[in-house]
Amino acid sequence: MQQPDAPGKLIAVEGLDGSGKSTQVYLLHQWLQGLGCKVFFSEWNSSVIVRDATSKGKQKHLLTPTTFSLIHATDFADRYERQILPMLKAAYIVLCDRYMYTSFARDGVRGCDPMWLRKLYGFARKPDVTFYFKLPLQTALGRILDGRTKLKYFEAGMDLGFSIDIRESFQIFQQMVMEQYDMMADEFEFIIVDASRSIPVQQEIIRSFISNRIDLAHFKQRVKR
Amino acid sequence: MTAKKTYGNPPPGLDLKTLSGALIVIEGPDSSGRSSQITLLSEWLEQKGYAVRQVGLTRSKLIGPELARAKKGNILSPRTMSLFYATDFYDQIENIIVPALRAGYVVLADRYIYTLMARDIVRGANPQWVESLYSMAIVPDAVYFLMTSSQHLIERTLTANQSLDYWESGMDIGISRDWYESYIRYQKALRNEYKRLQNKYKFEIINGNRTIAAIQQDLRTKIEAVLNDVYIIK
Repeated sequence: MQQPDAPGKLIAVEGLDGSGKSTQVYLLHQWLQGLGCKVFFSEWNSSVIVRDATSKGKQKHLLTPTTFSLIHATDFADRYERQILPMLKAAYIVLCDRYMYTSFARDGVRGCDPMWLRKLYGFARKPDVTFYFKLPLQTALGRILDGRTKLKYFEAGMDLGFSIDIRESFQIFQQMVMEQYDMMADEFEFIIVDASRSIPVQQEIIRSFISNRIDLAHFKQRVKR
Repeated sequence: MTAKKTYGNPPPGLDLKTLSGALIVIEGPDSSGRSSQITLLSEWLEQKGYAVRQVGLTRSKLIGPELARAKKGNILSPRTMSLFYATDFYDQIENIIVPALRAGYVVLADRYIYTLMARDIVRGANPQWVESLYSMAIVPDAVYFLMTSSQHLIERTLTANQSLDYWESGMDIGISRDWYESYIRYQKALRNEYKRLQNKYKFEIINGNRTIAAIQQDLRTKIEAVLNDVYIIK
């Protein structure tokens, strides 16, 4: 998709918690920087301005599916309009750890109307490449549940009331999120990466995909740092 | 009594059939006298035996303080502001308005989605995007819009505050460096947008260029009829 007013490239990674997508996008970022490309990284739910409201709502469990969805859209809009879009206009490669598909999947599971969600994010450009890190549910669950990481209320979908056991709730929620991702894969042309393979093998696959899809020489810094 | 509706699909988890109260909205620009009217209506309704709950924009627990802080710094993009307000709006719908309506209260709302939509659209937001954003809002039992001339508004504002408010003058849009000029042009743009919304959302225009008592009398007559219908009083 050529965008004459925003010649940058947008690459998003999506997948379940524990799919390893953040590691992969970090390595991709390092590689692109090493090549001398202009690259910018943005993470889901990271806007400084919106953070206070989000964390307050989450701590106090004040959020409903609708306000949960809207507060993440607010965070996204802030990052999109102040960072992502200007970077794309300035011909940067923008890497996003989670994009609107995270909302479509999670908020969809929470019962938000899919059409409403798509319109809500209607202002956002579709990524040039969306990698979906897919792996068997049990593997993803194991990576999270075997670690010492303490599950958080909303991450585990506790607000949905599937189970009063947080680990069980997490498993049910993740399975439903995964079904949503799988259903979106065709519609949004996800590039599916087998996330059960080793880290360097996956990284090799996505690097070669990017090299073929994007003329990286075009995005090199003009000024040497 | 007819069941409540939402403009589009309802928010997840909301059962509209359980809402037995009445939602009455008073709309109008700043300084149009909304809050005085709501105070008087509230006292009158309680005298008549109705339980009343007042709600207003940006009063929610969730993001009220953040919104107030962000406005001071003027650092949010218009879309981020829109979404902040929308979050606040739905927080109030789900945590205040719905429980009150379920308990059979009369909810008096000091402005509703129409002001939120008009402000966003005047700032360049796509009308379809904004209308979809607010499509889960409950359709009020009545909406009264206090239409007041800009001349009236500016005099009331200046008498009350001795200065114009940055946001209510639309200074963030950059229409003019002159505050007075900007205020007049911003309020005019809002008025045009309200008129467009009025055609679509069918709210009743109340002549706001009258005394407080005259406007109150007018509102009471209209609201009484609406409540008789909602609460099935003969």
